[in-house]
Amino acid sequence: MAKSYSKDDKTKDFEVLIIDDCRYKTKLSKKFKNRKKYEPRNPKEITAFIPGTIKDIFVKKGSKVKNGDRILTLEAMKMVNDVVSPVDGKVKKVWIKVGEKVTKNQLLVELE
Amino acid sequence: MSLKDKSNDLRARMRNALKGGGDKAIQKQKAVGKLTARERIEAIVDPKTFYEYDLFVEHAGKDFDMDKKYLPGDGVITGTGMLSGHPICIYAQDFTVAGGSLGWMHAKKITKIMDHALKLKVPLIGINDSGGARIQEGVNSLAGYGEIFFRNTLASGVIPQISVILGPCAGGAVYSPALTDFVFVVDKISKMFITGPEVIKTVLGEEISMEDLGGAKVHCEITGNAHFYAKSEQECFSQIKKLAGFIPWNNTRKAEKFPKKRPKTKLYNIENIISEDPREPYDVRDVIKAITDDSDFLEIMELFAQNIVIGFGRMNGETVGFVANQPLVLAGVLDVDSSDKAARFIRYCDAFNIPLVTLVDLPGYLPGVDQEHAGVIRHGAKILYAYSEATVPKITVILRKAYGGGYIAMCSHHLRADFVFAWPTAEIAVMGPEGAANIIFRKEIAAAEDPEKVRQQKIKEYKDKFANPYVAAAYGYIDAVIEPKETRNLLIHALEISSEKDIKLPAKKHGIPPF
Repeated sequence: MAKSYSKDDKTKDFEVLIIDDCRYKTKLSKKFKNRKKYEPRNPKEITAFIPGTIKDIFVKKGSKVKNGDRILTLEAMKMVNDVVSPVDGKVKKVWIKVGEKVTKNQLLVELE
Repeated sequence: MSLKDKSNDLRARMRNALKGGGDKAIQKQKAVGKLTARERIEAIVDPKTFYEYDLFVEHAGKDFDMDKKYLPGDGVITGTGMLSGHPICIYAQDFTVAGGSLGWMHAKKITKIMDHALKLKVPLIGINDSGGARIQEGVNSLAGYGEIFFRNTLASGVIPQISVILGPCAGGAVYSPALTDFVFVVDKISKMFITGPEVIKTVLGEEISMEDLGGAKVHCEITGNAHFYAKSEQECFSQIKKLAGFIPWNNTRKAEKFPKKRPKTKLYNIENIISEDPREPYDVRDVIKAITDDSDFLEIMELFAQNIVIGFGRMNGETVGFVANQPLVLAGVLDVDSSDKAARFIRYCDAFNIPLVTLVDLPGYLPGVDQEHAGVIRHGAKILYAYSEATVPKITVILRKAYGGGYIAMCSHHLRADFVFAWPTAEIAVMGPEGAANIIFRKEIAAAEDPEKVRQQKIKEYKDKFANPYVAAAYGYIDAVIEPKETRNLLIHALEISSEKDIKLPAKKHGIPPF
């Protein structure tokens, strides 16, 4: 007899996947379980778009910035990139120091 | 010198070249569980059939004192041999000689045997075990890689190309295997990546081991770069031999016919595998084994995108490529990875005259932001493209669910399946009854005194009307509704009468598939 998965014997291995309101009993893949939950971007949180090193910081807590103002420079892959403010606002907190290595999507500067 | 003296001289020269990197380097190779390049070739080809060429080729490096160095065979062994009685071209990089690094003459030896393979229309097996480009030779080693990639591309779809990764394969070197049909890897021995852990650490500050970055498991489970995973080199070689039995030797031939055998019906009883409840899982490989000769099935990419199953089996002695949704994992949905996996396999079968049998049981495409943002539209389209373009015999059996876009994609008549059969358990509809009832009867359900009761009633109504194969059969989208036990005989019949199928697609240079 081939292995039967339809009876109540191995139910604990299975989880539920809902598609079009239907609950399917199945195994979930590692990749599916590890998928990143989507989070909408907060324009007041300036994050590293590429991993690299902070070269210069041009703002500090309380600095007023305009949309397009240079906030810092981030060196990555031998290129120095300007990181600019996407909105008008005031700096709430600078999370990094000059010379610090940052990973992709790491929070650099928070605006308010 | 007499002939005897000359022969002795030849033997001495050969001895010198055949010792490779020498005893010490060979010991090092063995210490990590690796065979030497020549041992690997001998283990793959039939006994005493390997003939080596270009043994006396010398490297072309002039700078950095390279001209004073002797590199036996320039770090690669090339030749021809027989595999299960059929001719093949084969090369193996020799890690004991300068780390198997690729210089200009090393590359010339490889491209020469590749040219042979393409000209003589025989399969090519490449064994990769190399530290990468020979930096002392500069741009010439890059040129060497480029010449190899170009030939991989020309040979693609003409002769089978098999890559065996038995050591490091890093940087540009990885693109030759990536261009070939099947990549074999071995646990703890194979390592593939574009940039290694050290570069990643300096540039990005991220620390990762070689194994976690590009080990055999990673490429079989996560990246989908490798097709066959083995625990040891010996296991890997038997996988290669098994695969070779299923595929034709070039694109003008059919795969070798084997004596027909009955499936092991005591082990795999087709009447007993699936539950009629479409929400219950089962292992679709059991259905495949219930219909193939000797219940033999060679699964490809077993660990990657397990929600779809691909591989080779035989029916009445002839090779068939199987594509089957796997309800056991993620309910058998189509998603980015499973679409990529199936589409490339369909194109392989089409290129090498292998008929396709598709077994359908899927609830549709996987919902999710990650899927949409990963381009499930463009990746999902690959299956449509591959099936539509394929001109080999295409036969589909709908086992249970065939909902929505998934119904179309899984080789429906609309993509020119030659035959579509359905089991009585088949449900062909735009979506499952639950979802459909919730949309069609939304207002009635909301307005009801007992919404849940009305919902269940409407689900049942929809189920009774649409959750069967007969609506599709009434339009002729299903050729026959069949009992599971008839499946094998009908498939064999359908394959037999499709064997002279000859379709020409509109003349074109080539299509533009959604890569």
